[in-house]
Amino acid sequence: MEAFWEWFRWLYDETGINFSVLYDPYNREKFAAAMFVTVQIAVYVLFITTLIGLFGVWMQRSRFRLLRWFIRGYIELFRNTPKLVQLYCLYFGVSAFLPRFDDGTGLMAPLIGAFTWVILAFALHYGAFTVEVFRSGIEAVPDTTIEAARALGMTKLQVYRLVVLPLAFRICLPALNNNYVFVVKGTSLAYAVGINEMLYAANQIYTLDANVPEMMTVLLICYVSLVSIFVAFMNKLERALKMPGYGT
Amino acid sequence: MIRSDEIPCVPGPRPPPRGTDLPVLLPAAEIVARRAAEERARGGSTLRLRARHGVWLFLAFVFFSGVAEARTGVGGPFWVLSTLWKWSPLLAEGFMLNLIMSFLAMVIGTVTGTLLGVAQISLMPSVKNTSWFVTQFFRNAPWLVLMFYVMYLVPFQFRIGDIVIPFPDWIKATLGFSLPVMANVSELVRGGIQSIPSGQKEAAESLAFTRRQVFWMIIIPQCVKRILPPWMNLYAILTQATVLASIVGVTEMVTTAHEILGAEYEPSLLLPLYTYVLLWFFAYCYPIARWTMHLERKFAV
Amino acid sequence: MTWTPDQPIITIVDVHKSFGEVEVLKGMSFDVSKGEVICIIGPSGSGKSTLLRCINALIPINKGSIKVEGLEVHDPELDQLALRRKVGMVFQQFNLFPHKTAIENVMMAPVHVLKQDKAEVEEQAHRLMAKVRLQDKEQSYPGELSGGQQQRVAIARSLAMNPQVMMFDEVTSALDPETVKEVLFTIRELVEEGMTCLLVTHEMGFAREIADHMYFTDNGVIVEHGPPSTFFKKAQDPRTQEFLSQIL
Repeated sequence: MEAFWEWFRWLYDETGINFSVLYDPYNREKFAAAMFVTVQIAVYVLFITTLIGLFGVWMQRSRFRLLRWFIRGYIELFRNTPKLVQLYCLYFGVSAFLPRFDDGTGLMAPLIGAFTWVILAFALHYGAFTVEVFRSGIEAVPDTTIEAARALGMTKLQVYRLVVLPLAFRICLPALNNNYVFVVKGTSLAYAVGINEMLYAANQIYTLDANVPEMMTVLLICYVSLVSIFVAFMNKLERALKMPGYGT
Repeated sequence: MIRSDEIPCVPGPRPPPRGTDLPVLLPAAEIVARRAAEERARGGSTLRLRARHGVWLFLAFVFFSGVAEARTGVGGPFWVLSTLWKWSPLLAEGFMLNLIMSFLAMVIGTVTGTLLGVAQISLMPSVKNTSWFVTQFFRNAPWLVLMFYVMYLVPFQFRIGDIVIPFPDWIKATLGFSLPVMANVSELVRGGIQSIPSGQKEAAESLAFTRRQVFWMIIIPQCVKRILPPWMNLYAILTQATVLASIVGVTEMVTTAHEILGAEYEPSLLLPLYTYVLLWFFAYCYPIARWTMHLERKFAV
Repeated sequence: MTWTPDQPIITIVDVHKSFGEVEVLKGMSFDVSKGEVICIIGPSGSGKSTLLRCINALIPINKGSIKVEGLEVHDPELDQLALRRKVGMVFQQFNLFPHKTAIENVMMAPVHVLKQDKAEVEEQAHRLMAKVRLQDKEQSYPGELSGGQQQRVAIARSLAMNPQVMMFDEVTSALDPETVKEVLFTIRELVEEGMTCLLVTHEMGFAREIADHMYFTDNGVIVEHGPPSTFFKKAQDPRTQEFLSQIL
């Protein structure tokens, strides 16, 4: 493995092409840690946006008009405004109204840190789309199928668990897939509030080592690979869960 | 070159359900799947703006301004509104830059994307595979990263002999935006060409049109009609995405907004200012979104 | 008083049901004896499907009484599972769960609702699939089956609960004419085995052959009823005559 990295040092010595992120262990670790942060953001956002989607779709079908209006307002607001502005509004705007507390070092730390804000803002933004996706999936399950399940004696919970949710999930999987890919692609925006993810780490490395073209190339390849791997995985999932005989 | 009998064609309108004569799920399920496939091709979800969104945005603006007024209490009544009015010309300049960037990026991206899209259905495997790879590569790359890439790699001026062509940073940002646009247009064009029913070209060929004529006179004009709504939707998405240029320091509207916040040094001005910026974007994107929806209904199969 | 087999298996007394302002069932009453085959015909909107769903407690009734083997459906303390073990129902379409194979569909209710042993249930499922003559389609998904095959699997699935009464809500209306026959054949076999059946159907020829008693509903009430021999030839009420003349 060492020989692999060392080859890049040789490359630098011979040709001047400086992949310092690869041959220098310090840079390597820094970049790997940043890559991990990117993946972390993606995973957290995917998880929370799914939760928001499920919760939101439950609220949409609730009996209380207030809840229905609230969720509708949320969807329309977060769907139609740019994500960056949402992030700024939450990170700079809302956090200014939140209390601060003494974190023990004498500084007044904000209640919600930048990393949390990023995840919240992204999850809220994509959650608006996810609620719509889940809703379209659930609405595509025919009433009669649900009646047939109940006529067989299943309780309401069993109907949801065994029939409605598995079906709705399979129906909306392509649309959900699209949404999830946007989430993974969009993690790079965390740079805007100074999160130490891949773009930020690349920035730091090339500022010190003056190897902008090489760094940017590595960064681009890493991002595209990450997204492509995720896309391939989701496509595989879609194919595996496909219901035979149905759909295009 | 493209041989007409080898253009892969998929029937345009909804294909009949296969495998059974009694559907097992509502047609709604098929609509969901079809819409997802469309979204995948057009690179973003459809912007569905309505007039009431503008109304709510305006109400939010009024609300935040009211709250800000209450908190500051300085400078007399309507301080917030008069400050925004004072800075509006500067904001307008920034907004102009957003629009210019979006316009130019769309033009460049459409031209290159169309060529790339046509190349994707070429018969020569090298051309087809390369263009497929380029398309997928730029589709899977985040817009921000692509913009950084272009910003830092394109030199800030070009020298050809004695002529020096400066490349200010907003032009570089525009080039950065045109890359994902190119990839998305390429997908749209490919999908559009492939969705023309095969009956069309068969009918044309039976009327003794040459392959080239079939392609340029029959298939492309129909593609334009099909591609127009998602293309306009892409433009609306692009316009909203131009705010990303603020991260690299281009003096567009959001950067200007930040500078104003710095100059005024009044933190409660932030939310009114942002909703003000959003109102401007809404005023621009709303007609585009409505026209897109109108075109979609008109061309709906 | 406890129910005994010499009493009618289903007793319906003055059932009223409204959906909001619209009253769909306006006081229906009749009895069904064990082993009897009842056919209910009438124009759409006359309440036939609603009535079947009320018997099964899929829809609560506003007034009146429905007793199935002595079990009162209108009772808020009703044991729904006990009721649905007695009454099986097959719908017009979208019966099956498209994400499960045919045999899994048949097995679902006994496994999840009755909590029976999986091996026994599988045995029974094989027998039922053979009974409806689809043993070679056991591993197919509903999306791969024709309409007639789907309905037969739906019948097998309802039979898996060992009901005393089977209800068929226009099960052939959505099918191609060729596949209608195979479904009717299956129903006839059931009848010959002595199953109590309630059919809502448009298949007059079939009804005339198989029914013990015919009911004509219009506008939420039973207009006329009688054995097929008198019902078809000597309908008394002008509404019945008009309907029959349109259909026959």
